[in-house]
Amino acid sequence: MFFASFKTNSEIFSEINLFPREFNFNAYRDGWKGVANNTFTRFFSNSFLLVIPTALLTVISSTLVAYGFARFEFKGKRIMFLVLLSTLMLPNSILLIPRYSIFLTLNTLDSFSPFYLMAVFACYPFFTYMLVQFIRGIPRELDESARMDGCGSFRTLISILLPLLKPALFSAGLLQFLWTYNDYFNPLIYVNSVKKFPVSLALRLTMDAETVIIWKNIMAMSCLAVLPVVILFFLCQRYFIEGIATTGLKG
Amino acid sequence: MKARSLTRMNNAAYLYLLPWLVGTVVLQLYPFVISFYYALCDYNPLRKPGFSGIGNYIELFTKDAEFWISLKVTLLYVIYTVPFKLLMSLFIAMLLNKAKKGIGILRTAYYLPSLFGGSVAVSILWRVMFMDQGMVNSWINLFGFPTVSFLGNPKTALPTLSLLEVWQFGSSMVMFLAALKQVPSALYEAARIDGAGRVKSFFSITLPYISPILFFCIIIQTINALQNFTSAFVITRGGPLKSTYMLGLKLYNDGFVFWRMGYASATSWLIFLLVALFTLGLFSSQKYWVFYSDQS
Repeated sequence: MFFASFKTNSEIFSEINLFPREFNFNAYRDGWKGVANNTFTRFFSNSFLLVIPTALLTVISSTLVAYGFARFEFKGKRIMFLVLLSTLMLPNSILLIPRYSIFLTLNTLDSFSPFYLMAVFACYPFFTYMLVQFIRGIPRELDESARMDGCGSFRTLISILLPLLKPALFSAGLLQFLWTYNDYFNPLIYVNSVKKFPVSLALRLTMDAETVIIWKNIMAMSCLAVLPVVILFFLCQRYFIEGIATTGLKG
Repeated sequence: MKARSLTRMNNAAYLYLLPWLVGTVVLQLYPFVISFYYALCDYNPLRKPGFSGIGNYIELFTKDAEFWISLKVTLLYVIYTVPFKLLMSLFIAMLLNKAKKGIGILRTAYYLPSLFGGSVAVSILWRVMFMDQGMVNSWINLFGFPTVSFLGNPKTALPTLSLLEVWQFGSSMVMFLAALKQVPSALYEAARIDGAGRVKSFFSITLPYISPILFFCIIIQTINALQNFTSAFVITRGGPLKSTYMLGLKLYNDGFVFWRMGYASATSWLIFLLVALFTLGLFSSQKYWVFYSDQS
């Protein structure tokens, strides 16, 4: 893909060589211009505007909920945990249309609010479950001793558990970052106007918008689109693999 | 004293669970229930739902040829992808389990596709690679074979999409790798002393040990495959001749292109039924082949 971004259409199609004849960055310059007067500067900032708050809110809400499940005894805990586990298995497609009409009634369509709201209200059971598993791995004696010393439950969470949970929180945040960033289907449904498109939708649109597709421009933008994923992965691969291996879900 | 601290804990717990309680009721359970009702209605978001009984289902089953096609395509997609993906991830995981040096790099190399494999960028790349004049065909021509119209031929389009899915085997591989590491190596030595070959010890030691993970992966991968959307939408748009027109795509078209949301809800309930039947079936088969090491 990276090499294709330097090739002309005919080079892409007729040559077997992986390497292009010459390296120049025209495709990146031209591709960046985007579609319908919206450059990729806008699309990338949209993506980050969508993804960063969603990831942060997801981590915060899931931590609170996971703490509630992992460290407290209360009425209805068994049944609630069962509900959490079953929502984990619930296929997304069945929730799609009702969620769409809820967000329509709330007048939050064509913005990123549906994503923020779902994050605030811990609608990503995967992360809640993942953090419950992690908190269970931390010895209870630690927070009990904090309690003896007079810490309230929230203070215990903040000062005892959070430091220990850091790697887990980090992997949850990263995974949510990447999944939301790569997500195509949900933005397609909730976001309609081109100037609010994240990168995933914009890429598809550039491909459709032109009669003669200049593949190298699209390849160039595709390269840039996966770049954040690749960089993040190499910086923090330990956290990804831990997150996947401990809960073993998704993908 | 004890009782009082317990009550205080109770109340606090509900406070922590509050976001989840609201979210689950409003954005999970309510949608789940109401979509069952929508499926029985002639529903369009701009109008009030008009009750139509099982009309949607009757139309799906008897009048809509598209439904049967997409059901077939979806099931084929599951059959093409899930077994191969799992075999592939188990195979690579076993290789990596043996590797001594550079396992980090290898693991990364195999895992990376799963991270961005579902993204549009890679779907576009897939389209470019498998086009009639794409790179894959240039290679085929180089070896003297005629051009294969991977995405233009109804026979090969679905397998080509399946290949993209199988390529994203990384997350199940990571899980298999974790499971393989937990198999006690003393067992293999004992088996070797007893004269069991590699194949035998694979089937009688490795497989039982990793069966809980395998079980779990089959469920998750099947649920995912039944709902696939992005690759079919970006690469082939369901074509040629509806050969890649999966249920997810049909759901999107009915609901968000033709705005027949009641009808699309009926389709989503059929997807749900497929998932539920499959999961229940697998759970009830569990006792014959899944071994949990905390039971004897």
